Amino acid sequence: MTPHTVSGSRGLLQAEPLLFEIGDVHRTGVDLPAPKGVDRLGGLKRKAALDLPGLTEPEAVRHYVRLSQKNYAIDLGLFPLGSCTMKHNPRLNERLARLDGFADLHPLQPLSTVQGALELMAELAHWLMELTGLDAVALSPKAGAHGELCGMLAIRAALEARGEAETRRRVIVPSSAHGTNPATAAACGFIVDEVGATEDGHVDLEEFKQKLGDDVAAVMLTNPNTCGLFERDVKTIADLVHAAGGYFYCDGANYNAIMGRVRPGDLGVDAMHINLHKTFSTPHGGGGPGAGPTVLSQALAPFAPVPHLVRRDDKSLALIEHADDASSAPFGRMCAFHGQMGMFVRALAHMMSHGADGLKQAAEDAVLNANYVLARLKGHYNAPFGDQPCMHEALLDDSTLRANGVETIDLAKALLDEGYHPFTTYFPLVVHGAMLIEPTETESKRELDRFADVMIALAERAAAGDSAFFKAAPQHAPTRRLDEVKAARQPKLRWKPEEASARAAAE
Amino acid sequence: MRYLPLSDADRRDMLSAIGAGSVDDLYFNVPKSAVLSRLVDLPRAQGELDVERFFKSLAARNTPAGKTAFFLGAGAYRHHVPASVDHLIQRSEFLTTYTPYQPEIAQGTLQTLFEFQTQVAMLTGMEVANASMWDGSTAVAEAAIMAARVTKRKTIIVSGGLHPHYLDTTRTMAGAQGLHIVALPAAIDGEADVVARLGDDVAAVIVQSPNVFGTVSDLSPIARAAHAKGALMIAAFTEAVAFGLVEPPGAMGADIVAGEGQSIGNPLSFGGPYVGLFATREKFIRQMPGRLAGETVDADGARGWVLTLSTREQHIRREKATSNICTNAGLCSLAFTIHMTLLGAAGLSRLAQINHEKACAVADALAAIPGVEILTPRFFNEFAIRTPRGGADLVDVLAQDGVIAGAPFVRLSPQSGMDDVVVVCATESNTDEDIAELSRALKGAL
Amino acid sequence: MTTKFTKDHEWVRVDGDVATVGVTPYAAEQLGDVVYVELPEKGRSFAQGADMAVVESAKAASDVYAPISGEVVDVNDALTGAPETVNESADDKGWFVKVKVANAAELDALMDEAAYADYVKGLD
Repeated sequence: MTPHTVSGSRGLLQAEPLLFEIGDVHRTGVDLPAPKGVDRLGGLKRKAALDLPGLTEPEAVRHYVRLSQKNYAIDLGLFPLGSCTMKHNPRLNERLARLDGFADLHPLQPLSTVQGALELMAELAHWLMELTGLDAVALSPKAGAHGELCGMLAIRAALEARGEAETRRRVIVPSSAHGTNPATAAACGFIVDEVGATEDGHVDLEEFKQKLGDDVAAVMLTNPNTCGLFERDVKTIADLVHAAGGYFYCDGANYNAIMGRVRPGDLGVDAMHINLHKTFSTPHGGGGPGAGPTVLSQALAPFAPVPHLVRRDDKSLALIEHADDASSAPFGRMCAFHGQMGMFVRALAHMMSHGADGLKQAAEDAVLNANYVLARLKGHYNAPFGDQPCMHEALLDDSTLRANGVETIDLAKALLDEGYHPFTTYFPLVVHGAMLIEPTETESKRELDRFADVMIALAERAAAGDSAFFKAAPQHAPTRRLDEVKAARQPKLRWKPEEASARAAAE
Repeated sequence: MRYLPLSDADRRDMLSAIGAGSVDDLYFNVPKSAVLSRLVDLPRAQGELDVERFFKSLAARNTPAGKTAFFLGAGAYRHHVPASVDHLIQRSEFLTTYTPYQPEIAQGTLQTLFEFQTQVAMLTGMEVANASMWDGSTAVAEAAIMAARVTKRKTIIVSGGLHPHYLDTTRTMAGAQGLHIVALPAAIDGEADVVARLGDDVAAVIVQSPNVFGTVSDLSPIARAAHAKGALMIAAFTEAVAFGLVEPPGAMGADIVAGEGQSIGNPLSFGGPYVGLFATREKFIRQMPGRLAGETVDADGARGWVLTLSTREQHIRREKATSNICTNAGLCSLAFTIHMTLLGAAGLSRLAQINHEKACAVADALAAIPGVEILTPRFFNEFAIRTPRGGADLVDVLAQDGVIAGAPFVRLSPQSGMDDVVVVCATESNTDEDIAELSRALKGAL
Repeated sequence: MTTKFTKDHEWVRVDGDVATVGVTPYAAEQLGDVVYVELPEKGRSFAQGADMAVVESAKAASDVYAPISGEVVDVNDALTGAPETVNESADDKGWFVKVKVANAAELDALMDEAAYADYVKGLD
């Protein structure tokens, strides 16, 4: 049981009610001059009074600082969430993104007043194309899934240009893929056709060959794949899909393992999004914002969406903002304006800080760290593909724990008590009870040893039959295990005014 | 390298623990033809000082809005953001955490999302809101896709007042799903024109108020007409501050409200990252895209929050998901919710009223200039003007003079033919001196 | 009345020309706590094997396929308010829809109770 205190707080962990229970409509944290009461809205003034509660600044600061302390963060400790690349977020990047010359620029200012911003975009584009060995990049996608959409729409546009958009509708997606891949293919009107995996975690090449045909638009492949392995047949797959008249979309979520060492362009990739918020350290911010610039091969480059960045004869940069103004055949526009500038600044600062040498070293250290964790844990957990080295993430499963009544979710919750964010649970779907561990390059050997020691001790505790300990976890987190079934059966997605009185009456 | 903790000695020890001779052994699956024998052709690592120097030199080549008399809006708005907002969002525990997949150690994020959802619902006058979309334009595109799912129809009628970038984004994203997008010609006061296009195949009409020309419209008759035909009304917006003063779309019958939340809590940042707001009726929640935080209890019965109704989402439903969205605009939604909390009803209504009055003052000043015609009949903080000198040319000339006068509409929509229209915006950040400066410069240019 | 089973773990019980359809207790257990059931509208027709309904737990969603072709004549609205009924009584109170049988011969290809029990045994 959670120890009871009068205040509901526990030491440094402060209890904090909802904003709606502490604020009110008269309270405010801003001082503004009194308005005069002018009204030229033509009778469209708000009829009902606003009911948004406010707080003064000291109250607001406390509210959010108290809430922040209920969160785990990469700045606190290892965050080995597989497929998410939770690496250190350099603070230099934050400072640079806040320079007035970037943060206080409007996207529609005359181009003569934003040449530095356009240069920055051009420089980022140059780094991304050079690193990936591809010919063009669409910077505007707002996140990885948006980048996937961009790449797949470029493929669709290329097929349309060939007159094959109606006949090539099938997209081959491995069963181990991120959910965004089939969701994106479907969002582009394609039919998803799943290809299975071999016993050792790679795309089943024979099955893949069977699926090829003149109705195939593309293959969407994550490489390194979600089992943490470099797809050994990736080049063959690329050659085969090209020979069959289709394109190769690569999900770049795991690009961190190979940046600076392997160029996707050399593997035959036609389109790949790059998660700036994974590979290039722009902060995840509790779920975004991300940025998903999408690199494109020569075959797809003509279809890149607007805006396009072009250099004029006088060396100045301009933006082509409308498809009609482009010399190529853009498929459209992904979003308003030009993309995630704030993320561009941070990502480019990260790249320049590392340089070509540092990025390669970072990829190698990420791979080394994952292999080290795998080496330390594989005698204590089942590692389904553990007889070969992994890339930047180590995959374990709960098959040795289940005999003792402990599952992946229970181990994850026990890790919370040990002060860790757990690995990714139950993904990839092709491995039952998967635990996908991605330490990243910004962890020291000391941190990895500490984590491995904890994991080993927990495996031993499970082997000793103490499943009750795991089922009761977490005991020391800000809350005990939360009831997700109740949340889904009786969805309560907002606070409602009538609750205030109900709660007051109950107390 | 300052960001890499492993020493060479560590690397040697670890390779030996793994049983690998070198790191190359770990890349054994990479085809020989793709192994790079050299570094990629990019500069080597640099220290903080050098990197900072480079970025500062680029930043210095831009003219920040604050260095000018600034009257540009058209989808992105320059408002004052309280200092505490940026301080709070830079707390490590907010800035450097992930999507709250482990709710027991993410209650901070989850509670703020629950509060954000409630604030967005209250502001727009709707029943429920999600935990954010990528931005306003993609939120509107997703609204169109959702309307097609709800109504099982495929045609979307778009008013001539929708921001042209939003229209293009909707064409791209909703068009990809086979939706038929019918866009009406750009019109300053034509939101109701969509009504005449309603038919039995129409999934939704998209209207915007205030629209891209700043026009504020009564959407109620449009909603009634749409509902009579079994269609939904999607109300788009780009300036969230407006709902501090004008009737929100939820009170006028909107089925989905989708738009941009940047103007509360977030800087201009040259167009991104911003935060898409998305609200709807309770009966449609299972058709909604995006993440949702929901209330529940823990094993001791204490209140807590989790991500919920996830079966709509891509990681579970895969090709049958309501959207492919995964990462959204977390930190920008946090900035929104903190700023909104600092404002409260009292602050927001005052802020909105001040914006309206500033815009009225600018309109009065410009109307007094011979040749300038104010085109927008009813506006909040933004309005369109017509001048005898082409819009794009005029704005460029004024920029040389330290005045960013607004958005030439042709930049947003070349095909509109509105070559002489400029959309002018005023916010609380504009001083009387700025307004005088705009008048002076404009007189000089005409 | 005969009850037949599919490989996707639906059951179908025919009484006259009306078939009642649900998911098996095995399926309900595999899914975990059911939180939501999406049912088709009355009057819609489905071919055998088409997606007809969806059953969801907090972390998973499964399509329910029509075990037999026909028009939906009734749906179990009680599941909307009490989805847990699927866990508590999958083969009885937790039924999903009633279908007017279009082609009774389709039943012949489905498993009987003993065959289904063997099939499930083979899955573990």
